[in-house]
Amino acid sequence: MADLIKLTAAEIAAKIAAGEVTAVEVTEAHLARIEAVDEKVHAFLHVDREGALAQARAVDAKRERGEKLGPLAGVPLALKDIFTTEGIPTTVGSKILEGWIPPYDATLTKRLKAADVVILGKTNMDEFAMGSSTENSAYGPTGNPWDLTRIPGGSGGGSSAALAAYEAPLAIGTDTGGSIRQPAAVTGTVGVKPTYGAVSRYGMVAFSSSLDQGGPCARTVLDAALLHEVIAGHDELDSTSIDAPVPPVVEAARNGDVKGMRIGVVKEFSGEHYQAGVMQRFNESVELLRELGAEIVEISCPSFDLGLSAYYLIAPSECSSNLARFDAMRYGLRVGDDGTRSAEDVTALTREAGFGPEVKRRVMLGTYALSSGYYDAYYGSAQKVRTLITRDFEKAFEQVDVLVSPTTPTTAFPIGERADDPMAMYLADLCTIPTNLAGNAAMSLPCGLAPEDGLPVGLQIIAPAMADDRLYKVGAAVEAAFTARWGHPLLEEAPSL
Amino acid sequence: MPGITREEVAHLARLARLELKDEELDHFAGQLDDIIGAVARVSEVADQDVPPTSHPLPLTNVMRPDVVRPSLTPEQALSGAPAQEQQRFKVPQILGEE
Repeated sequence: MADLIKLTAAEIAAKIAAGEVTAVEVTEAHLARIEAVDEKVHAFLHVDREGALAQARAVDAKRERGEKLGPLAGVPLALKDIFTTEGIPTTVGSKILEGWIPPYDATLTKRLKAADVVILGKTNMDEFAMGSSTENSAYGPTGNPWDLTRIPGGSGGGSSAALAAYEAPLAIGTDTGGSIRQPAAVTGTVGVKPTYGAVSRYGMVAFSSSLDQGGPCARTVLDAALLHEVIAGHDELDSTSIDAPVPPVVEAARNGDVKGMRIGVVKEFSGEHYQAGVMQRFNESVELLRELGAEIVEISCPSFDLGLSAYYLIAPSECSSNLARFDAMRYGLRVGDDGTRSAEDVTALTREAGFGPEVKRRVMLGTYALSSGYYDAYYGSAQKVRTLITRDFEKAFEQVDVLVSPTTPTTAFPIGERADDPMAMYLADLCTIPTNLAGNAAMSLPCGLAPEDGLPVGLQIIAPAMADDRLYKVGAAVEAAFTARWGHPLLEEAPSL
Repeated sequence: MPGITREEVAHLARLARLELKDEELDHFAGQLDDIIGAVARVSEVADQDVPPTSHPLPLTNVMRPDVVRPSLTPEQALSGAPAQEQQRFKVPQILGEE
């Protein structure tokens, strides 16, 4: 059954629908793979073996009864541990929620179950989704399947590593400053940050509410599109959910084409922080787009240079407010309640014991940026930068259909390398952040290996809000052309685990 | 902009309800100073006549009819509570201090 784990989600769904294989067989193959390799990779925090098999059995029974199956029925999925799952632990990679079992499902979890997707378990992540390396997980880092001593990206490193290690064909991530796209880039997989508001945030533990966005992770562009259609759409439980039809992303992924499209190369996404091999593969991708019939236009977005700075004021500000809910009163850890201490002291002791260094750093940074006397200079100015970045995008999209850039300035760095240097770590999200600030859509897909270290490089495609289908149209064309050139998917070049 | 002192970090920690250890105060003072120094560039646009964007979507209040709908049971709502008593969250003392 070893070959079952190499199939795409689309192939698995087709085989199950045709009765060539059962959902139980597919699920067992992936559970066996997790058992065999996850000790090394550490992509999962919790594997729900019994729950997954029960879901798979239900799919098989449905098929036997002749009932209509959804497009991803029986396909296994790795779910980032930021989404609540009824009866299954949800920790958000944190100590403060260790052992917490939510009494309800996130809307996204509900939609996956309703679509008969088999949820294998919960994946490792940077605590409260704060980080670019999955080193901030309270449960230890995840390894990059390309080189286990390197980071798999963050905060959704577990989800991307699970894909690259063939532990699951589909995964879910969340992207606040790049946490879907950056892990996709460094693991040689596909990740999409949909338009802000396209996928419900209900039941997704909030980090920075105006930036957070859940989205699909997969090994192919079509698989990501199939998952996108399952999870996207209006949700009345989320006041920021967009009440409009989901763009036809699957149709776009099936008809990849860039002929006649105008594609912008963002001038500001290059320079001293960019690894030579990353720029080389990116430039080849631009050349490929030209060969495929696109018109390439250089675009300047001058305010993007301030994106990283604005992000590291806005995200911590919102997080300092959102994480106030972790007060040791209604759920999670409680420390120091010996009958003599006040609720306030117990809260402070609990948060000290339950939060890791990156979370504390951001809570303090946000408290500072929002404090009286500094508010206008920091938070207020950052929100002005947000306006300028949105205007840059608007101007750009008057001239081009999509923008492209490298997804990350470098390939996967060694675990521990940037741990004590927050600003160096923050650079990992340099190219992904403007999209979160403006709320539009973006994708990362593999565009080759950097010659100097043999590690994957990601190509980022950026589209206007609610034009997510353009990502898939361009992404599918690039994927097909590269796969033909390489003779196989890039992931096949990864060392076997 | 002023540098962030150890005392300021201690004050922020109190505001943020974090009982930081002494060594953390020193560590964070240096790091926060570095980060604030790096991100202070946003103030370059402060004098420009630019309206701030607080959210990517034009938000309006979303209302629903005020009708009772199914929700969590008291048992479910209390299921993750560190302490509970008589179907309520039990919290440490909040009155009677100084």
